[in-house]
Formats: sequence, structure tokens, C-alpha cells
Amino acid sequence: MTHETTLAGYRRADGDPEHLYPEYKSTRLRALDKPLAIQPHTLSEITGPAYGHGKVRELDHDLTRQHEGEPLGERIIVTGRVLDGDGRPVRNSLVEVWQANASGRYVHSGDRHPAPLDPNFTGAGRCLTDGDGRYKFVTVKPGAYPWGNHENAWRPAHIHFSLFGEAFATRLITQMYFPGDPLFEHDPIFQSVRDPKARHRLVSTFDLETTEPEWALGYTFDIILRGRESTPFERPHE
Amino acid sequence: MSMEPTPSQTIGPFFHYALFTEDLSELVAPGHPDAIRVEGKIFDGAGDIVPDAMVEIWQANAAGRYNHPEDDREDVPLDENFLGFGRAPTDENGSFSFLTVKPGAVPGPDGSLQGPHILVSVFARGVLKRLATRIYFPDEEEANEHDPVLASVGDPDLRSTLVARSEGGAFRFDIHLRGEKQTVFFDV
Ligand SMILES: [Fe+2]
Repeated sequence: MTHETTLAGYRRADGDPEHLYPEYKSTRLRALDKPLAIQPHTLSEITGPAYGHGKVRELDHDLTRQHEGEPLGERIIVTGRVLDGDGRPVRNSLVEVWQANASGRYVHSGDRHPAPLDPNFTGAGRCLTDGDGRYKFVTVKPGAYPWGNHENAWRPAHIHFSLFGEAFATRLITQMYFPGDPLFEHDPIFQSVRDPKARHRLVSTFDLETTEPEWALGYTFDIILRGRESTPFERPHE
Repeated sequence: MSMEPTPSQTIGPFFHYALFTEDLSELVAPGHPDAIRVEGKIFDGAGDIVPDAMVEIWQANAAGRYNHPEDDREDVPLDENFLGFGRAPTDENGSFSFLTVKPGAVPGPDGSLQGPHILVSVFARGVLKRLATRIYFPDEEEANEHDPVLASVGDPDLRSTLVARSEGGAFRFDIHLRGEKQTVFFDV
């Protein structure tokens, strides 16, 4: 028997946005307009890079300690678990984050928002998940920032997350938001996720347990990657 | 316990300083005897270049083995030093480029053999979820003919968007996000 017959694919994700969401203007020229080609998951898709091992330095997860001084802004702790679609921890897997500073400005040369840069804040971090699938970052709460999508357009405060999981099929780039942001209803990127329940999964939770007295507010944000199909090598026929 | 996945969101335009802290475009050292160059440009639906995308690749080694525990075929040699992962931004001309080796053939469903191919992910502003495609090689006509994934793309014109061109000593693979010339993307 060939090797392939022992392989189980990954379940497709239902909560994702469609490629085209015209309210988010940049999708109009960049969203595909031919249907996706359907293929079975092969050895190529159920394997994937174990990238980042041996690369992460001790302070990479602490965005408040990458410079001489401390950054301005509201110090926060963001922690959570990376789980697969069956609730199992995704261990020893790279999590990369990036964000604007407390004023809503990115270090990126393309960011033209006239808000101050902070010499003590870059806004990039990474870490590997531990044996429980847990990650933890210390940072400052990013500011909201304006963008050119439409008249008076502002992005709600968010942190960008990049995750690998265990396979090519589980690669995910997403954004984490903060609870109760009044900009949610005006933001087409957040709203591109049409199912309110799925949208809710992008919002972190304020957590008093994670909050450290006299020091930093705590937010929790679990990230669920796609789960494995339970039946090896057979995919439902439509 | 089944849990619903966290939805995808766009990478946005401001990722470079976080995701390119090291050069990940060379999967093998320059001067590697079997090194190949794989390069291309990304275009949008108006035919304009996309200068702010991120391209990632994933591939087997030259023998056709993935550096991953799920590929446990011990009869195919594993090269611990070849991770098989690359990441490159598009530049101001919309171009990306990788230095790698041509992957070997890998098994497909039901005892089939897949032609040598590289998996590709594209992320960009205006792209709400990862676009996945495959690069096949123009000098592997016979292997391509028997490849089950290529065969599943019925229309030959569409299928041809998945095969790189030989150009100036490199393999050229342009990616069109939208429109007439749109590259085939897979529902991975
Ligand atoms: Fe952002």
C-alpha cells in the first residue's frame, strides 16, 4: 500500500471572509474572480515548515524591552493558546506579531500617519508556543489609525498575528482586536468576516487573572487553527 | 471537541519590519551545485504590479522528501539542513525571487506520483485570506502529465498558469491575482 493512504487532510475553514469584500477597496483589484480549484490534501499540504526553531531570542516576546527606554502607552500582556480544531495544543510553533505604537503609528517606512514614532518601540515580536500551546507577549496597547479606504476611515486597535501550525494547510495570518471597540462597526476589514460568531473569535478578552497589579492589563486571545479530518485519506464527495 | 477556526485577516501593508528580520529567500547557499532561481512578478486585476505582497514557499528536497515528521518515508533521504521553507517580499517592481533546488517528485493520492512542485502562499494588502498555488516545472512534461492535482484542473489554459517558464537561466512564475490571466488558486 502506498504511504498516502494513511494520510488525513485538514477540514476547510468556514468562518473566513470571502476574497472580495468591495467595502474594503483594495480587494476590488486583488480578489480572485475565478473559482478556487478543488484538490485533495496530499503529502505536500499536510506537511509544513517548522520555521523559527532556534531563532527566537529571550526578549523577542517582550516588545517593551527592545530599546534603551520604555515605550509610551498603556502596558499590556497578551497571552493565549494556539489550538488545533479539536482543542489540542499546537506546541513549539512560531507566533509572530506586529503592531502600531500607542499613537497608532507603525515603524514601517510606508506609514504616513502624522502621529509620533516612539524611539523605544518597534512593535515586532515573536515566540514559540510552549507544551500547552501557550504564547505570551508583553507590549503596549496599539492606537487606532486612519487609512485611505473611505472618508474618515479608522482601523480599530489591533495586533497582527502570523501562525504556522503543523502543516502548510494550517498557515494563518490574522488580526487580534480589543473588546468593545467603537470602530468595529465602521471597519470593513473586521466586517469582512460576515458571521458575527466568527468575527467574535477575532476579539480578545480582558482578563483580571492575567492582569498584573501595579503593572499591566491582561488580555487573552486563543487562536484556533484548522482541525484534521478524522477519516484518513477520504474526503467527502460533493 | 471540535472548535471553529479563528478567521483570516489581511496581512496589511506594514509587515516587513516584523517578518523580514532575516533573509529567507535563499533555501540553499549561493553556489550550491543544484541551485535554481525561481522568480516572478505579482499583478493585480488591472495588470498593475503588486509591490507590497509576501510570498512563501514550501517544498520537498531534491530527493522528494519533506522535512516534516508526517513524511516518514525512510527510503527517501532526508536532508536536515534543507528546511524547504522560503519567504520573500515583492519589491517596488512587484518582483520576488528565491534560490532553491528543484524538489523531487512526491507521492499523491491513490498510489499516484505528483510531479515536482513548490507550494506557494501569497499574502497582501487587499487579500483577506492566504492565496495558495503551486509552481510546476516546464522541463518535467511527462511527470506533469501524470500529476493528479494538475489533472484536476481541466482547462489547459488554466493549467498552464501553474507551470513556470524557463527564462534567462531561471524559472519564471508570474502570479495574476485577478482577471483574464488569473493564476489558478487552490482551496487548500
Ligand atoms: Fe495594521
